[in-house]
Amino acid sequence: MTRMKFGILVNAGPYQHQACDSALNFTRAVLARGHRVLRVFFYHDGVNVATRLAVPPQDDRDLGAAWQALAREHGLDLVVCVAAAQRRGILDADERTRHGRDADNLAEGFRIAGLGQLVEATADADRFVVFG
Amino acid sequence: MSARSVAFLNRRGPHGTIHAREALEVVLVGAAFDQRVRLVFMDDGVYQLVRGQDTTPLGVKDFARAFRALAMYEPERVVVARRCLEARGLAADDLLVEVELLDDDALAELLDGSDVVLSF
Repeated sequence: MTRMKFGILVNAGPYQHQACDSALNFTRAVLARGHRVLRVFFYHDGVNVATRLAVPPQDDRDLGAAWQALAREHGLDLVVCVAAAQRRGILDADERTRHGRDADNLAEGFRIAGLGQLVEATADADRFVVFG
Repeated sequence: MSARSVAFLNRRGPHGTIHAREALEVVLVGAAFDQRVRLVFMDDGVYQLVRGQDTTPLGVKDFARAFRALAMYEPERVVVARRCLEARGLAADDLLVEVELLDDDALAELLDGSDVVLSF
């Protein structure tokens, strides 16, 4: 079987839409089959999965933690769109300082970057899959 | 980075969700990266192009104007699904930019021939 390079775009927010779960499950399946995932890009409400302040109920899945665990295990590049994130109050330490806010909330394992990273992934991937 | 053909599938109305506006931001960045941009409007996405929109009462940005500026980026195709436009009682004259009207078969062919399809 040919090893392929995948790019993933997550457009839907966690818990609101199944698309975030489906993206996670699809990414797991792709990795389990021995393919590469070049980048997972979070856009629209998809960026909300990157807050480290979400506290899902104990009997529910923790989507942020699940992405983090998958990223740790496979060295995934989890990228959150900067413009979409700022609009929704997802900030890393740099953005927090730049915009003079009193806190940041980006979870470890995610990074904030521009849409160019999405475009680059579409150019480099053999298969680019959109969720949400 | 190779110049790939990317079809941007706009399927939602302009202001009810943020999808249309944030999709346009991706289109502009993609065009700046020399992607071969194919803009496709279908389902309620055809409303994004309706001329004479006034977003003042909504208090949101009138981003539809940017579709006119988009011509500067020379998108390869600007396509509207004829079936979706007609189903909403609209015609090409009602739109704020010049578009190609495509039937479903031609649309499917366009998507099939694109390297990447991003739907919003």
